[in-house]
Amino acid sequence: MTTVIENDSQKSGRLEVGTPLLEVKDLHVEFHTRDGVAKAVNGVNYSVAAGETLAVLGESGSGKSVTAQTIMGILDMPPGKVTQGEILYRGQDMLKMSNEERRKIRGRKIAMIFQDALSALNPVLSVGYQLGEMFRVHQGVSKAEAKAKAIELMDRVRIPAAKERVNDYPHQFSGGMRQRIMIAMALSLQPDLIIADEPTTALDVTVQAQVMDLLAELQAEYNMGLILITHDLGVVADVADKIAVMYAGRIVETAPVHELYANPAHPYTKGLLRSIPRLDQKGQELYAIKGLPPNLLKVPAGCAFNPRCDVATDLCRTEIPALHHVTDKDGKELTGRRSACHLWKETLHG
Amino acid sequence: MGRFVARRLLQMIPVFLGTTALIFFMVHLLPGDPLAALWGDKAPDPVQLAALRHQQHFDEPLIQQYLDYMGGLFTGDFGKALDGRPVLDKITEALPVTVQLALLAFGFEIVLGIGIGLFAGLRRGKVFDKSALVFTLLLISIPVPVLGFLFQTIFGINLKWVKPTVQDSTDITQLVLPAIVLGSLSLAYVARLTRTSIAENIKADYVRTAVAKGLPRRRVIGTHLLRNSLIPVVTFLGTDLGALMGGAIVTEGIFNVQGVGHALYQAINMKEGATVSGFVAFLVIVYLAAGLIVDLLYAVLDPRIRYA
Repeated sequence: MTTVIENDSQKSGRLEVGTPLLEVKDLHVEFHTRDGVAKAVNGVNYSVAAGETLAVLGESGSGKSVTAQTIMGILDMPPGKVTQGEILYRGQDMLKMSNEERRKIRGRKIAMIFQDALSALNPVLSVGYQLGEMFRVHQGVSKAEAKAKAIELMDRVRIPAAKERVNDYPHQFSGGMRQRIMIAMALSLQPDLIIADEPTTALDVTVQAQVMDLLAELQAEYNMGLILITHDLGVVADVADKIAVMYAGRIVETAPVHELYANPAHPYTKGLLRSIPRLDQKGQELYAIKGLPPNLLKVPAGCAFNPRCDVATDLCRTEIPALHHVTDKDGKELTGRRSACHLWKETLHG
Repeated sequence: MGRFVARRLLQMIPVFLGTTALIFFMVHLLPGDPLAALWGDKAPDPVQLAALRHQQHFDEPLIQQYLDYMGGLFTGDFGKALDGRPVLDKITEALPVTVQLALLAFGFEIVLGIGIGLFAGLRRGKVFDKSALVFTLLLISIPVPVLGFLFQTIFGINLKWVKPTVQDSTDITQLVLPAIVLGSLSLAYVARLTRTSIAENIKADYVRTAVAKGLPRRRVIGTHLLRNSLIPVVTFLGTDLGALMGGAIVTEGIFNVQGVGHALYQAINMKEGATVSGFVAFLVIVYLAAGLIVDLLYAVLDPRIRYA
């Protein structure tokens, strides 16, 4: 197995512990549409270190997927456009690289897992071909060798009877097995970083857990960074180290995962947590955040969340809150915790 | 796969029987008497006419004639023309010419049609795409005879690049211009179909995956995008190959190509029932074979059909 996932990243040198693998700095992405300019990402900052899992949480339209696609370099441009910011991979700004340099990072150093494996896999090519293609293109191995490596990979993600199934087509697999193939494909060249965009959303709940466990296990084994994009708080809790909550193209709260669950510092996060159905609430009405996510063509003035917020003040309607450092009751700064709310103190301690 | 082919072959039998019956009876419904016409403007001699009728079995009931004819077909006997020549001879004489012409036209429409469609689809909304749309619309709206005479005048008479009409139908170089005229309409359809299909598939998730895998652009397009996009085009091409073989009557007429279309046209004019039926029966076989090949190719291109 070690031959398949020959450690390519060692050549480029180990990073010092805690040095981020990937850093997104003040990223702005716009979409130019017929109706105007939609600001999908407005100054996002986040970083991931080797072996670390960052969960990016948000509703559809929050900019979480657009940020990921920009990192991968698979954003449709036009209509998309990066207007500002840096994406540093091992300290180098990928946005300044040539197409060819970026292509060599894609798949090899940073790989992506998509939401719906049925449409993300090519329907007319066998899974063995699609897996083997990674080795053939990036490592120039022979067809036979690529196939052998594809079988090893399928074994690795625990697809039963991999040898017999290597020539099967995506539609012949179940949803969970297809997602395992996607994971195998992303893992094939042992990248430094995996971006998983809603990897379990299209799956049955029972299968979700298996796939998530597999992903987390392989991540730990190969010490990869993982950006997990999701709208599902349940998926995040077990696997993530830290969370960034996004709303209308901005990060509104970041925190280590357990602290965020125990004690959110932003009303939006609070609302999200309250809207998780719980067994002990049986019979009671399910909580839902009122209103709808904003239209990105006309984001509300001030804090984008203010029309849906229960505690919004006049200040919230006029001034965009900065991403404040958050302190505990004694005024001691909480490491890794930030909130983009004018009223974070009241939210956190009140 | 074997079962699929067997089923398709069985399905061909009723289609073949139906079409040949239709054409056989339709030829007999044509007004005029082909034997009486042998006397031209003069009144035919009743005794001789009756003898000829008997010789051609025209005095037997139509049903009997049909059964005899079909019996012949299944033993490979396509019957005889009025001049006594076996119809099969006529077919084998005209066929190579038409096959050459059709394949030339086919190659022309595939290479140019898919090429134009691919580049237009990849550059949707750009200058090349818009010019391709105008160009193909022009081809679709010009009737084949007009295009034929136009090309004949420009390349044959004014520029003198080629002879205006074909002198020797077995010389493939002389068939190039007729083939371009013959293939031009289908070329327009192929280009448009390919363009639409490419423009649609380029947004597909699996294409995005291919890019995310770090594959070179050439491979993303050639292996992932094009193969999926060609599925509808192949369907069209298959039926078109049949149409090119039988539908060249006008083009063969304009350029004096001695092919199947030409022979069929003459036979219809002379009301030569056996010849018309023979040629059409043969063309039906060609159509059915082309259809079968398309279906097989379709299954090769799209595994979801193969295993369905």
